[in-house]
This record gives sequence, C-alpha cells and structure tokens, in this order.
Amino acid sequence: MGLRKITSAISIFLVVASLVLLGVRGLNLGLDFTGGTSVELSYAKAPVLEDIRTTLDKAGYKNFVVQNFGDDTSVLVRLSDAYDDKLAARVTSDLRSTGDDVTLVSSAFVGSQVGDELKNDSGLGLLLALAVVLIYVGMRFQSRFGIASVLPLGHDVIIILGVFSLFQWTFDLSVLAALLAVIGYSLNDTIIVADRIRENFRKMRVDDTPHIINVSIHQTLTRTLNTSGTTLVVLFALYLFGGEAINNFSIALIIGIGVGTYSSIYVAATLLIALGVTRQDLIIPPKEGAGNAGEEEQPPEWLNRM
Amino acid sequence: MLNKYPLWKNLIILIAIAIGFIYALPNLYPDDYAVQITGARSSTDVGQRTLDSAVAAVKAAGIKVKGSELGQRNGLIRVNSAEAQLKARPVVQSALGQDYLVAINMAPSTPDWLRSIGAGPMKLGLDLRGGVHFLLEVDMDTALKQRLDAFSSQIKRELRDEHIRYRGGDVSGKRIISLSFRDEQARSEAFDLIRNQHNEFLLDKQRGGKGEYNLVLTLTEKQVKQLQDYAIEQNLTTLRNRVNELGVAEPLVQRQGASRIVVELPGVQDTAQAKRVIGATANLEFRMEARPDEPDSAVEVYPFRNNPQRTARLEREVIVTGDSVANAQQAFDQNGQPQVNITMDAAGGDLMNRATRNAIGRRMAVLFIEYKTKTEQRQVNGETRSVDKRTVERSIISLATVQSALGSSFRITGLDSVNEASELALLLRAGSLAAPMYFAEERTIGPSLGQKNIDAGLMSVVIGFALVLLYMLLFYRVFGIVANIALAVNLMLLVASMSILSATLTLPGIAGIVLTVGMAVDANVLIYERIKEELRSGMPVQSAINAGYSRAFVSIVDSNVTTLLVAVILFAMGSGPVKGFAVTLCIGILTSMFTGLMVSRGIVNVIYGGRKVDKLSIGGKLANA
Repeated sequence: MGLRKITSAISIFLVVASLVLLGVRGLNLGLDFTGGTSVELSYAKAPVLEDIRTTLDKAGYKNFVVQNFGDDTSVLVRLSDAYDDKLAARVTSDLRSTGDDVTLVSSAFVGSQVGDELKNDSGLGLLLALAVVLIYVGMRFQSRFGIASVLPLGHDVIIILGVFSLFQWTFDLSVLAALLAVIGYSLNDTIIVADRIRENFRKMRVDDTPHIINVSIHQTLTRTLNTSGTTLVVLFALYLFGGEAINNFSIALIIGIGVGTYSSIYVAATLLIALGVTRQDLIIPPKEGAGNAGEEEQPPEWLNRM
Repeated sequence: MLNKYPLWKNLIILIAIAIGFIYALPNLYPDDYAVQITGARSSTDVGQRTLDSAVAAVKAAGIKVKGSELGQRNGLIRVNSAEAQLKARPVVQSALGQDYLVAINMAPSTPDWLRSIGAGPMKLGLDLRGGVHFLLEVDMDTALKQRLDAFSSQIKRELRDEHIRYRGGDVSGKRIISLSFRDEQARSEAFDLIRNQHNEFLLDKQRGGKGEYNLVLTLTEKQVKQLQDYAIEQNLTTLRNRVNELGVAEPLVQRQGASRIVVELPGVQDTAQAKRVIGATANLEFRMEARPDEPDSAVEVYPFRNNPQRTARLEREVIVTGDSVANAQQAFDQNGQPQVNITMDAAGGDLMNRATRNAIGRRMAVLFIEYKTKTEQRQVNGETRSVDKRTVERSIISLATVQSALGSSFRITGLDSVNEASELALLLRAGSLAAPMYFAEERTIGPSLGQKNIDAGLMSVVIGFALVLLYMLLFYRVFGIVANIALAVNLMLLVASMSILSATLTLPGIAGIVLTVGMAVDANVLIYERIKEELRSGMPVQSAINAGYSRAFVSIVDSNVTTLLVAVILFAMGSGPVKGFAVTLCIGILTSMFTGLMVSRGIVNVIYGGRKVDKLSIGGKLANA
C-alpha cells in the first residue's frame, strides 16, 4: 500500500496514454462493425502476401487488405468493395489464375448499416453493464464502494482498448465479449476485496482507514493471485491452442485479467481512501430488538446447517 | 463441530451428479453421417416403401448403409463417411424423383434408452459445423407503400362502383392517400363509404383550391404497427417455404428485432444457389395490358424478363399482388403442352374475377419485381464510406390472353418449354412476399474450418482443464483434489444443462466454458484461503472448515451475482457470437456455485467430517505445522 503514489501515477499515465492512442490511431474495427466483405483462403504452400496484393490490384480491386490469418498458408482478404454473391468466388478464381493452389475456406459480408447499429448497441451494452454494477454494489455495500468498483472497470476497459489501438489488433464482436467478461471478472476481484474491507471495518475497532484497507488486501492477496493464476493458465491454453478465430478474444482476456487483478488491488483501494470511506459507512444500523446486531454480518442461518 | 452432512443433502448431491451424468452422456456418441428424406410438399409423406427403395438405391450404388429409420415426417439413411454421404445424396434424389427433398445431415447416434428420457447431444452452432448465415432486412417503408397502393386501388374501385366521381388517389408520404372531389355532396358520400368500409384510416376533410373538395386518408398508428408485424410474419413464412425448397436439414429461420430475419443453413456451401432461391426477394403484380387509346398518364412500360428488348404497355392499376397467390405449379394440358396452374386466395380470386370478366380477349401481364442491394463507395466529408444502395428491377414474366373470366384458380398456357413453365411457377411462388428484403449480412463457414474449430476448442478445453487441475493439486494437496473433483462435476453439469436446454454450442461458447473452468476454482480458492486463515488464528480444525465455508459464502454470492448480471446483459444486448458466450457463462456461474459450495463441502465432509482431525492437507506452511 506504500506504493500508492507510484501506482496512481502509473494508472493515470496508462489511462491517459490509452485515451490519446484511441484518439490518434483509433481502433482497427473488425468486419462486424465496419461492414464489408472478407474472404478467407487457404493456400497449398505459403504465398508471398505482396504478390497477392499485386494480383488483386491488377484485377481491379480497390480498398482491400491482405493479411495472414493464423498460419503461413491461410490468407484473409478484406474488401470494402461493392458486394455481390459471386465476389468471394471471383477473388478466389482471380488468385488462382496465377497458378497457385487456392481454396476458399470462408467468406463473410456485413452490410454497413448493420455494422453501424452494432457499434451503437455495443457501446450501449458496455455502459449498461457498468451502470447495473454501480447500482448493485451501491445497494449491497455503499455508494462509495459502488464508485470505487466501477471506476477501476472503466480503467481496465480503457487500457485494453488502448493496447488494441497500439498494436492495431482487430477489434471485433468476440473482443467485445471478452471486454464484458473482463468487467465481470475484475468486478469479482474488487467485490471480494471490498467484502473483506467491510468485514474488517466491523471487526477491527480502529478508525485507521488506510491500515484496514491494507490489511484486507493482504488477507485476500493469495486468493486473488491464485484465482488469476488459474484463469490465466486456462487463457494461455486458449490462446495457444484455441485457433485463430478466438486469438484476439484470448489476448483481450489475458490483458484484461492482468490489468483487472492489478486494478482491484491498487486502484479500487486507492479510490476508497480518496473517497474517504469510514467505519460509520459500513456499520449495520442496530435492528430493533436485536441485541448484538452490527457486530459482523452473519451468514444465512441455513448455511450453518450445510 | 462435526461437519457431517445429513443423508438427504448427500442424496441431493448424488442425484444431481447422476442426472448430470446421464444427460451429458449423449455428447460422447459421435454423430452419424446421414442423408435425410422429406416430402417436397406437406401432403407428401415419407413411408416405409419410399425409405426402402431409397436404401435399395444406395446399396445398389455400392455405398454401405449403416442404418435407416423413419421419423415423424422424414426418413433417415445413415452411412459411414462424409464421402459416402455426398455420393448417396444424388443417388437417393434420382431414385425418388422431385416429390422428395434429399439433404445431407448429421444424425445423432444417441442410444434408444437415452432418447426415451429426452436426452440428446448439444446442438453445434454454424461456426462449428459449417454452413451459411444470412441476415435479411425487411424494407418496411416499401411494405407500407405497397399496402397503401393496394388500399388506394381498392378504395377507388369502391368509389367507382358507387358512381362517386373523384380525382387523384395518390399515395403521399408513408401513410397518406389524398382524394379530391368536385362537390361537397360527392365528398360526403365518399366520406361515409370509406368510413364504413375502412376503419384503418383517419379521415380528414380539407379545403383545396377553387372547386376542389379534398379528403385526406391517414393510416392509423395501430394499423401501421399491425401491417409491419404482418409483413415480417408473412416474410418468415415465405422464407421457411423457400428454405424447405433448398432441402437443408435443420435450417433456422428466425425473426430478430423489429425488421430483421436470420437464416442459417447448416451444411450448405454453395452460397450463390442458396441466395438465388431465398434471395429472390421479389414481389408480383397482375396488371392488364393497356388499351392502345389509353392516355400515357395511366400507362407504364416494362421490358420482358427473358428478352429486355421487348416491352409492353401496362395499366398503372394493379389487379392483385403476389400476396394473394396461394400456390403455383407447373403441369401439362391435355395436349401435353406445359402450363402453370395458379391458385389464388379467396379475396384475390374475387378481385381477379372482377377485373377479367369484362376483359376477355385482352391480355394480362404478370410483373415480377426484384429488389437488389448494391454497395457503393461514396465520399463523405473527405472520407470514403460504403453506402448500401437499393435498386428495384421490374420486368414482365408472362403476358397472356384472357380466355374467360378468371376465378381463384386459373392457368397460364402458351409457354415454350417445361423449363420456362417450372421457372414461372417458381417465380410466382417466390413472388408471394409481403415486403421486399435485403441481405444485410452473410457468412459462409467451410466444413473443414468447422471441424478445425471443434478440434481447437476441445484441445484448449482439455489442456486448460489439465493445467488447472495440476495448479490446484500443487497448491492445496488433498483439498486441491476435492476442488478438482468439484471442477469435473461442474464441467459435466454444464454440458448436461446445455444439452437439456438444447442450447447451441458455438466457438465463443467453448471460450465461455474455458473461462468458467478458470473461474470455477475461485470459489474453492476463496474457501481454502479462509480455512487456512482461521487455522492460523488458532481455531480448531473442524471449526475452521466450517468457518471457511460459511464466511466465504457471502463473498462468493456477491461476486457471482455481479458476474451473472453482466452475463445477462450480454445475453440481452448481444447477437450471434456474444449470445453464445453469454449463455455458457450464465449456466457456468450457476453450476459452479452449486459445485463450489455444495459438492466440494460434501466431499470434504466425507473425508474429514465426523472425527477428530489434527491437521489438514491444504498446502502452505500450515499443513505441516
């Protein structure tokens, strides 16, 4: 916790840098959002991408992107060109004309209107998820905890977007799903820390807020690291063996879990201190007729029978 | 503190595990390659004889048959490989003829005893089995305008029948028809007539120019909504029929949102063919050919579909649209000449009769209207943007002399060939769409890619799972084993729940499962860390176990509920891939709460409960203290 000043500086720097990157370079939006056509091709032997570009250029295509997809022999061609049902077949036969052994693996077309709508819906979905979390945590704990758990989520999301912007990785629907999963996951972490802070506020009869928060974080640290560890292990398996289609999905999650673990330890706690959480905020008001209420939140009675 | 579960609680756990096991079991049986036979029309049933002759044909072609069975309205022939399946399809088709649709299919090989209790494998999404995905957008503006045009024609006819003289009748905007009359009396007669006949309009008398008495008809809000719903329902039905014509096993045709329809065709690879049939977004209009003396304002000129150089002058007024066509079929007349038999619905037949009884000897045209989407590059504020442009093409597919007054069923003769006749019949059927549609999205997934995705997904689940097991074992020893058993049960319950709900497994869905595996251990980690902590503060072993479970409970519920909230929002807002991910995440959270709290506690109770224990094998320094 002594690192508070340094970590705050790092977090602010990362967020600002991400925002600048997003502003300057923007996101490399996938087909789902931009609309257009993409054709995935498989070559018998690894082709030279530059040759493919020249071939397509000569054949009269405009505004296209050629890139490797997964391995050397798979090639993805993205066109924002006029679409018709024979486009994919035409691209394939144009590329075949140079004598290469090419097969069409998959093709996709998304109308520009659908893409625009999806962009709006996704942004709305993200905001809605954050709002619901704010309300739930506010009710379950206290409004300051709500803010202290939602702001780190924004922090995580912005940093992931920043990394995607920096490397110009394709941001498509699956990455959006990953982003939402990160929100859920990072929230998980933050709530568990918050839960412990609340418990300690009630148990330890001192008013030293930073100390209590510090103790709580230490008590939950092993759990936080172990859970992140197991999840990361799975995600690396997904990244390495899951295939190209979920590559960006797993990268987004790996970054997200890394940043999310960090933010639930440092950012959320720092925010709680900055927002001035005190013991009084968390003491359960004594219930009428109940003798020792407010001492510690009791687990439900049925659980003790488990 | 004894940490013993009562018998009933252990029984609940065991029963849940047993049910989970049984319902997860069908997923272990691989699907068979199969050829599916269905009747081309709902009246054609597939009987034992049909199936037998199909099986005989397949065997005669030298393809090994693994089994055959009759379903509710279809027959299934199982073969051994994808190759055999592809070979068998044309063989069966030619043996049975055009009355049957033959499609390739993957048939689950669930044993009978499992099927009898309703167990079956998870459905695989398109990204895992290959196929085509279309998103079609219904053009509501045009749908409304078409309806208004039809209303306008009808109202004008009614006015003429009552000998009320009018001018205009133009459709303006999306909801308005305006009429004008010479005098007040004609207008109030018309007002009464329309009010009695058409409660779908709001009527408004308006003052026009000199000697003009205007009447403005506005479609009510409720009617607009109803028409839109009708348009999409009608399109859904038509699409289902057309998709059936393609002979695809287990196609999906589903409404999405207010004006979109999703079509998924598993196993189809030829997009162009699929689009020709379902994408013939089209409508029909029956119109009389214009008399030579008719003024140009009442006439429109259209080219012929099969010969664009040839044109014909048609009346502007529409007799009936394709909506009224109930059926159209190619047949032969007594001389063996091809013809097309058309059946209209009652209202359509009525209109047809009225229009043709005084027009014998004149020619009637069938106008085919096609809607197409073209994407164009346009410069907007210096940026290149692609804009979808919609175009309409109208052409005449038939111009035939009316021989007698037509009713609700009539025929078109004088066709050159059988091909022309069957093409015309297909177009007539295809044209009975209520509203035009455009392709908004299209995806093709090759079958090899599908298999690749399954393999990669399975591989990462297995490896991820194994790594987590190892991690937990190293960190928590005996308790790690408990967590691992709980995790395995969790995975099984997840698969079972998805099979019972017949949820569709997609690639993001697999990712969701993998993520659940990672997160499911969280509950156990929380509990174990808590137990260790309580032990460290000097609590006796049995009390520490109990305290660990009960104190971690609140945190676990809180964190899972928030994640569940996010997953539900994902499900509600997302489409396609996001939805698949959300479904598995939701189910995964629920099953992992059950296994994390109940199952793992049950096992711990069995191992440590009810006796005096001095130390726990839970990893860390404390275990050896």
